Amino acid sequence: MSEQPRPKIGVVVFPGSNDDHDAALALERLGAEPTLVWHAERDLPAVGAVVLPGGFSYGDYLRCGAIARFAPVMAAVGRFAENGGLVLGICNGFQVLCEAGLLPGALRPNASLSFVCRDVRLRVDRASAPFTSRAKAGQRLTVPVKHGEGCYFADEELLAELEQNGQVVLRYEENPNGSVAAIAGVTNEAGNVFGLMPHPEHAVDPLLGSADGALILGSLVDAVRERALTAA
Amino acid sequence: MRATILVRPKPGILDPQGEAVQSSLRQLGFAVEEARVGRVIDLELGNGGREQAREELERMCEQLLANPLIESFEIALDE
Repeated sequence: MSEQPRPKIGVVVFPGSNDDHDAALALERLGAEPTLVWHAERDLPAVGAVVLPGGFSYGDYLRCGAIARFAPVMAAVGRFAENGGLVLGICNGFQVLCEAGLLPGALRPNASLSFVCRDVRLRVDRASAPFTSRAKAGQRLTVPVKHGEGCYFADEELLAELEQNGQVVLRYEENPNGSVAAIAGVTNEAGNVFGLMPHPEHAVDPLLGSADGALILGSLVDAVRERALTAA
Repeated sequence: MRATILVRPKPGILDPQGEAVQSSLRQLGFAVEEARVGRVIDLELGNGGREQAREELERMCEQLLANPLIESFEIALDE
């Protein structure tokens, strides 16, 4: 393992991000070389993937992610995604990607109106590169959530499209927030952009209660490494 | 020129805030059938033309102030 190259992955830091360092630490443990990218940057450094971390970017004013999507770095993230670059949004990062139109749907206040902060059980609907290759289809994962606005919404037409294209990657076993079809994580149509409300970076070691999050972040590290080898 | 923008959750969209408000009002004895909670945004604009202002306000709503997937908006322009 130690001889494998450490692929570079950018972790965007918005004002109000608070899981940026956890994401970077988890990626580092999983064999990547994380680089923090400030939201005011107009270009991305040479990275193989970008992670938008959890937190409360710009205070979550107006709607979660609504202001962050206009951060200078987001134009670069948009171009990166358009060219097939791998983008992962966790929690607030998921909200930002939806607001930016890089992922379908929207996230609304939890149906319970309560902030939920606990481990949840997830079912892997799609186990494939680049985000879930280390998992098996149907596998149950334990990963924590901590959000007040994680109720995923897609209208009937969009939902049918997502199901048909296999864009639903993760579902809650017990829906903690009222998301349609118990959706916990979706990709864009091309499959290179993925967003999820649960926090895989908080579940990368048995000491944290679960190491199942490593299956997701580890899949991303594998995918970036593989792409680098193919390109070389 | 002053503009007031009303942003509402679209019909059919689950509105847990509205439900909580309705339930509280009922507890206070008010016979409220339904409550929906939106947002008001007041804007102070320069003295340009009304037509141009209205067109710009539409774009503000579409780009930032409302999420067209889940919210509708109404624009009111005062003198």
